Amino acid sequence: MAITRDEVLHVARLARLALTDEEVERLGSQLSAILEAVGKVAELDLADVEPTSHPLDLANVSADDESRPSLSADEVFANAPDREDDFFRVPPA
Amino acid sequence: MKWAPVIGLEIHIHLKTKTKMFCRCELEYGAEENSRTCPVCLAHPGTLPVPNARAIEMTILLGHALQCEVVERSVFHRKHYFYPDLPKGYQISQYDQPLCVNGRFALADGSEVGITRAHLEEDAAKNVHMGGSGGRIAGADRTLVDYNRAGTPLVEIVTEPDLRSSEQAKRFLQLLRQTVVELGISDAEMEKGSLRFDVNVSIRPEGSDELRTRTELKNMNSFNFAAKGIEREIKRQIGIYESGGEVEQETLHFDPGNESAPPLRSKEEAQDYRYLPEPDLVPLVPGRELVERLRGELPELPGARIARLADELDTDLAEGLVTSGRDRLFEQVPGERRAVANVLMNQWAATGVDPAAVDADELGKLIEARDRIPRAAFTEALEATGEPGFEAERYLADGQIEATADLEPLVEHVLAANPSQVDDYRGGKEGLLGFFVGQVMKETGGRANPKLVNELLREKLKA
Amino acid sequence: MTDTLRLTAEEAMGLIERSEASGAELHRAYLDAIGERDGELHAYLTTVEAAEGAGVPIALKDVISTKGVETTAGSKILAGYKPVFDSTVAACCKEAGLPLIGKTNLDEFAMGSSTENSAYGPTRNPWDPERVPGGSSGGSAAAVAGGLAPWALGSDTGGSIKQPAALCGLVGLRPTYGTVSRYGIVAFASSLDQVGPLTKTVRDAAFLYRIIAGRDPLDSTTVDLPEPVELPETEDLKGLRIGVPRELNEAEGIEPGVSEAVQRAIELCRELGAEVGETTLPRSVEFGMPCYYLIAPSEASSNLARYDGVRYGPRSGKGDIREMYMQTRDEGFGDEPKRRIMLGTYALSAGYYDAFYGQAQKVRTVIRDEFAAALEQFDVLISPTSPTVAFPLGAKTENPLAMYLSDVLAIPPNMAGLPGLSIPCGLSEGLPVGLQLIGPQFSENLLFRTGHALERAIGFDFVPERLR
Ligand SMILES: [Mg+2]
Ligand SMILES: [Zn+2]
Repeated sequence: MAITRDEVLHVARLARLALTDEEVERLGSQLSAILEAVGKVAELDLADVEPTSHPLDLANVSADDESRPSLSADEVFANAPDREDDFFRVPPA
Repeated sequence: MKWAPVIGLEIHIHLKTKTKMFCRCELEYGAEENSRTCPVCLAHPGTLPVPNARAIEMTILLGHALQCEVVERSVFHRKHYFYPDLPKGYQISQYDQPLCVNGRFALADGSEVGITRAHLEEDAAKNVHMGGSGGRIAGADRTLVDYNRAGTPLVEIVTEPDLRSSEQAKRFLQLLRQTVVELGISDAEMEKGSLRFDVNVSIRPEGSDELRTRTELKNMNSFNFAAKGIEREIKRQIGIYESGGEVEQETLHFDPGNESAPPLRSKEEAQDYRYLPEPDLVPLVPGRELVERLRGELPELPGARIARLADELDTDLAEGLVTSGRDRLFEQVPGERRAVANVLMNQWAATGVDPAAVDADELGKLIEARDRIPRAAFTEALEATGEPGFEAERYLADGQIEATADLEPLVEHVLAANPSQVDDYRGGKEGLLGFFVGQVMKETGGRANPKLVNELLREKLKA
Repeated sequence: MTDTLRLTAEEAMGLIERSEASGAELHRAYLDAIGERDGELHAYLTTVEAAEGAGVPIALKDVISTKGVETTAGSKILAGYKPVFDSTVAACCKEAGLPLIGKTNLDEFAMGSSTENSAYGPTRNPWDPERVPGGSSGGSAAAVAGGLAPWALGSDTGGSIKQPAALCGLVGLRPTYGTVSRYGIVAFASSLDQVGPLTKTVRDAAFLYRIIAGRDPLDSTTVDLPEPVELPETEDLKGLRIGVPRELNEAEGIEPGVSEAVQRAIELCRELGAEVGETTLPRSVEFGMPCYYLIAPSEASSNLARYDGVRYGPRSGKGDIREMYMQTRDEGFGDEPKRRIMLGTYALSAGYYDAFYGQAQKVRTVIRDEFAAALEQFDVLISPTSPTVAFPLGAKTENPLAMYLSDVLAIPPNMAGLPGLSIPCGLSEGLPVGLQLIGPQFSENLLFRTGHALERAIGFDFVPERLR
């Protein structure tokens, strides 16, 4: 299952990765090989099989609507790359 | 050719829980920026969502009000896109297994709007675009992000394309708003963003049942603007078809300021949300016991009350009373029904008095006498209906005490007789003003001009 | 002077109980050992000079968030990031009084099987520094095997505790999914990630599992243990039915030396009184890998979306927000996370979901059912943990698929949410061989009992030969 250069670029855009040309080449061929290998799952006819999204059969886990302390401003911005007043600042969106 | 509009709505409502959907940060509108955030709602590495039990209950309650089926099993999905208001890079939302499905909502005109689904999700953060003109995205040189709103529980209600006019859409929204307010699950205030909606509009030749390409109007911020926007969009689409063109599927951003709807997102930027069942959460399997208990908690809904009132009034009046939250008062006020309804919807509505503060019997007397007293006196009396101890009698009889010189000694007497309340008032308990007004009214047998008493009291208490 | 190479955590507890050493003295002794040997091994990314706690010191894999102590997940995209909160397991360790020695190296975002994918350079195997310690918890494994920590926590998504335990001659437990909180564990693949101990003995693993296991209200996917953790005592396997799944023991690529060591261990099981029989997992091994390499990257592509340079971590790029995202993520992520993000994004993108992620979830059901059937006949299943012993650094870095095969035997039970215990069962070419014991969900006590009896009978010396 070969993945085209355009598909690599499309996926990189979706994932917000600015790949270099070299990366596009290398990742493209590696992805093709990996997709070939994982595409094996298609060999099984599983039309009647239920998917397993979770190893445990749990349901209805929730918490009461009781508040817990939020962070202090120092903690909120402790790791922030940029800040303006009490906002996180980013380039124009 | 005659054209018929086809309109569907997507409504987002903030739930009035104490805490967020997936963390226990307090929800407080207007709090200091980013002061209601924690590692979970800031999406720090390794943090996990835990659903708010109350939000789930509120959604089921709403589902009942919308006559939906509450499903046996619902799962949350991750919806991916990159934007700074979305801390995790995905929104947790119910996708192909929403909590409530297949409902319907009856309008006052007897029509029914199908409810496709009502599902739970989380709101995004608030972005402020700086440096451009007037906080607009275009031309901004930076964006500031406040995550206080991120993770607010949100119910999204999607209707079938059953609405046939902008007026009907507006009425649907008004009735829905009143319903969620009365259920106690949301403030549903558009100014605060706790009620938002998108409108899908298409048109088709009258009599046909084909579905043509629709456009989506986003970011409506009032019912009236929505109605205007829909009207204009219908005209635009008619114009396109009649000049031989094709309507393109697009999202339009309605700008009430310049009355235009520039495209927000074109087709080529089409999103690929890469939905994924949220592996950090387990399925919701609402117990039938819970579902039935919540059904039992449903109050009489606005729609039902409109139907009941429409028997004695016309539908418009009944709908107006109910969606403005005045129908309970209406039912208590004695008198000729239509007259009472008209006063409540017109002159009295203009006073802004809180219906809960009103003595219905006294208001009834006033309305009954409306044609016998001067218009100005009637208006003044209506304005006073919220005052404690309001008695219609005082306004009907002549001899209201209007002179400052007559009232001043009485006011001073009342203050002198209640020194501790005076101290409390000056110490900040300004709610005591009503108490003093009441005392003066008592002294005068209710004949004092309440407005004047208020002014005098404020002045004296300032000293 | 404490012999940190030989001291087990249980023995260290004894020293503390008898007041022969304090938590602080032990902490110092491990820091000294790190000073001596970590230049060569590079097991640690961060060490903690002064730590609280009167108990046995511990090392934590650098995906485990520790308040105030840098937590990078081995990635540049988290360089300098100091959590403002403790993960639940870090809090459990603190509560138990375990002083933190430091944070251990790993494959970036726990993606790898050799610890060569760390953005901060590889870790080396204490048995042979020219070889890898396995991964992704290679730093934790090398720290314990190299006498730089009495015990450590790792995390296991597709074998990342079991495989490095095997390659470093240690005991490693991948617990039943849902028994250990993931709150504060830098996420790789949420439906698979699980934290667990890397130790020198099975009893040490049981001690540590007891400290970290149990329901956490901050992790909706956790449950209470059905029974308390028991420290294993018995030294026989009487009455136990042990199954040998053919596919897990005869898979392509299993080295002869590994097979021989495992065969000897299976013989020992018989000698210890167990009933041993062959069983089969027809599709689990063949389809386990493809299933894993769809599910894990898909979830990873989603979990790694939050690294966007907005709220924490370094930021790069000029221009608008889109450019900032693309540059920050391009510079911040290494090759392996990029590969998996790309693979996962592709597998989840429009039109591919059913064929890839959806189908893989169904394969997961098949694997679950197969294990359930085998575990109806047998109490415990047995196999090699890794097809090979520790391989030389660089041997598989150019070929991602070859590297992925290193976990071919560890992955299938993970897909079914089953616990797995790896214990050393001998040497092949002078390097440790790991034995994988698999039981039903919540069967940790049974695995500890089995592992303990075998451990006694095997008598493996966990101190690397060249360091004795
Ligand atoms: Mg929505
Ligand atoms: Zn929060």
